[in-house]
Amino acid sequence: MRKSKLISVVVVVLLCLGLLSGCSTKQSSESKGKFVIGGLGPLSGSTAAYGTSVKRGAEIAIKEINDAGGMKIGDKKIKLELNFQDDEASEETVVSAYDTLMDQGIDALLGTVTSGACLAIVDKTHEDGILQITPSGSALKCTKNDNNFRLCFTDPLQGEMMAELAVKQLGYKNIAVIFNTSDEYSTGMKDAFINKVKELGGNIVISEAFVKDDVDFTTQLTKIKNSNAECIFVPTYYTEASYITAQAKEKGMNLPFLGGDGWDGILDNVTDKSSIEGAIFLSPFFASDPDEAVRKFVTQFKKEYKTTPNQFAADGYDTVYVMKAAAEKAGSTKSSDMIAAMTKIKVKGITGEVTFSKNGEPTKSAKYVEIKDGKYTSKK
Amino acid sequence: MENLFEQLLNGLRSGSIYALIALGYTMVYGIAKMINFAHGDIIMVGAYTLYVSMEIYHLSAVMAVIVSVIVCAILGILIEKIAYKPLRNAPSLAVLITAIGMSYLLQNLSLLIFKANPIKFRSIIQIASIHIGTITITGTTMVTLVVTIIAMFLLALFIKKTKVGSAMRAISEDKEAASLMGINVNQTISITFAIGSALAAIAGVLYVCQYQTLLPTMGALPGIKAFVAAVLGGIGNVPGAMLGGVLLGIIESLSKAYINSQVADAIVFGILVIVLLVKPSGLLGISRIEKV
Repeated sequence: MRKSKLISVVVVVLLCLGLLSGCSTKQSSESKGKFVIGGLGPLSGSTAAYGTSVKRGAEIAIKEINDAGGMKIGDKKIKLELNFQDDEASEETVVSAYDTLMDQGIDALLGTVTSGACLAIVDKTHEDGILQITPSGSALKCTKNDNNFRLCFTDPLQGEMMAELAVKQLGYKNIAVIFNTSDEYSTGMKDAFINKVKELGGNIVISEAFVKDDVDFTTQLTKIKNSNAECIFVPTYYTEASYITAQAKEKGMNLPFLGGDGWDGILDNVTDKSSIEGAIFLSPFFASDPDEAVRKFVTQFKKEYKTTPNQFAADGYDTVYVMKAAAEKAGSTKSSDMIAAMTKIKVKGITGEVTFSKNGEPTKSAKYVEIKDGKYTSKK
Repeated sequence: MENLFEQLLNGLRSGSIYALIALGYTMVYGIAKMINFAHGDIIMVGAYTLYVSMEIYHLSAVMAVIVSVIVCAILGILIEKIAYKPLRNAPSLAVLITAIGMSYLLQNLSLLIFKANPIKFRSIIQIASIHIGTITITGTTMVTLVVTIIAMFLLALFIKKTKVGSAMRAISEDKEAASLMGINVNQTISITFAIGSALAAIAGVLYVCQYQTLLPTMGALPGIKAFVAAVLGGIGNVPGAMLGGVLLGIIESLSKAYINSQVADAIVFGILVIVLLVKPSGLLGISRIEKV
């Protein structure tokens, strides 16, 4: 009895090993002659604009690279291909979407676009040992493993930079905050913002929370209205920000708004542009930047998709170039080689010149965007 | 003090929308003895109909509101005829599941037609806010309150004074006896669904004017809250639904304002649990002895 049990255990172990070796014999990209980038982001749902933008930006970059012959690995030229799956920005859907990508075979992962979904798969990608670069997942833990990198700023860094702007540059002393307590992105930015404001000698007069799917903010706004706040910091995505700003306008509040990079795209999501006039948010990319590379990208993007690209499109575009740089530097498309090469590359992208630390964090400069006369303008 | 007054107004506004929806739940329960979980999604249908009639067919705002009320009323009757009527003698659990299924059907149909992306829709109520001292009363709030009061008044009058109204009351007392007395039960149930759905359409219009965004799932949360309101007031009881809705809105607003905005929902549902523990039939509900 004992012996047969032992044998069956051995057989099971052997079978499992067989499965594993089956994985490793998957065709390498060199022999396929193409490099498949897996993409994950919301293409439907309330944050669909982010995922769609990233996908489009990445497509532009891939087309550019392929038109120039592909990327040069050793003495071979390899073409790129994008396989983008909808993760609905959901912690559940993203897992199955990622599995689909892995089953179909990808060489590197571009994604995910939103923080919550990203956190749901960072450990899975680590287990698979695949190079993962999130274009816009800004939660701190999105880069917790050594295969995880990010192109955008972290939530805490954004919060600190907005605090510096508010207190030092704009001279606000009393500041109100509305944040989404059920969202990592929002709370991460809020905590860093509040700490930095206090450190700089400012006052958080009121800090109001709401939860996922809330659409009514009048109670919180009434409280803020009756406080002595000089401005409102809203570290949320544009959907909530559009509700908050519209209801504030209706209440006759004239306080200026400050936001994070989730505000990008808000102009297309408000019914009354005057409700966000004067709002300032952080963005590493700015479509009317006179920089030549940016001009080229914007023209190409407009030609292809008939709209102006936002920061997410730029992030998607740059991420593809970062992957190309890593593969070319490594002289290989194996994830482990590319991961090792990540800290040695320097990419001059349209979101600024970027280098990566060992922790997976980018070093680059930020721009503030101000909404003036119903348009995005650069805040000096 | 001004703060309190303005917060009460905030609560009254969302509360009156809950009340309008809760009326639909309570009327249907009173007569058909079922919880129509698809009722919340009628709000969504009402809001999208408004959008389609204004943006695609370019109807005037008043016409569009009328169209969406009519569409929802007809939809309410159809849902009852197709999904609930064949189950009238089935166990109540079967009807409940059908209602939930109907709710998902409506949501997914609208997902199919309008896609998941939120649609921005400019409010049809363009009335300037009134400022009294530091208090601001928005145009939407005023219209919401006025419309709700008128709708409730008319409904109360209808139930009290008209023949159909007394037929409704009779059926909710005892369906068999009412039909023996020559009351057309099927017709009365249809009318009940039509009225409930029409009220939901009005709530949908007010809701989209307030929040200016259309989503296929927009009816889910207000639907659940209105159901809570109906239970709070005593399900099956019309004044109870009004009271429950308004109370729920005010409790929600005040707990956000004075206790903690993070736990407002927990407080709201906590109150429901307490009320039901103390008075299982709801605030205005009359507990009846089940006749076996």
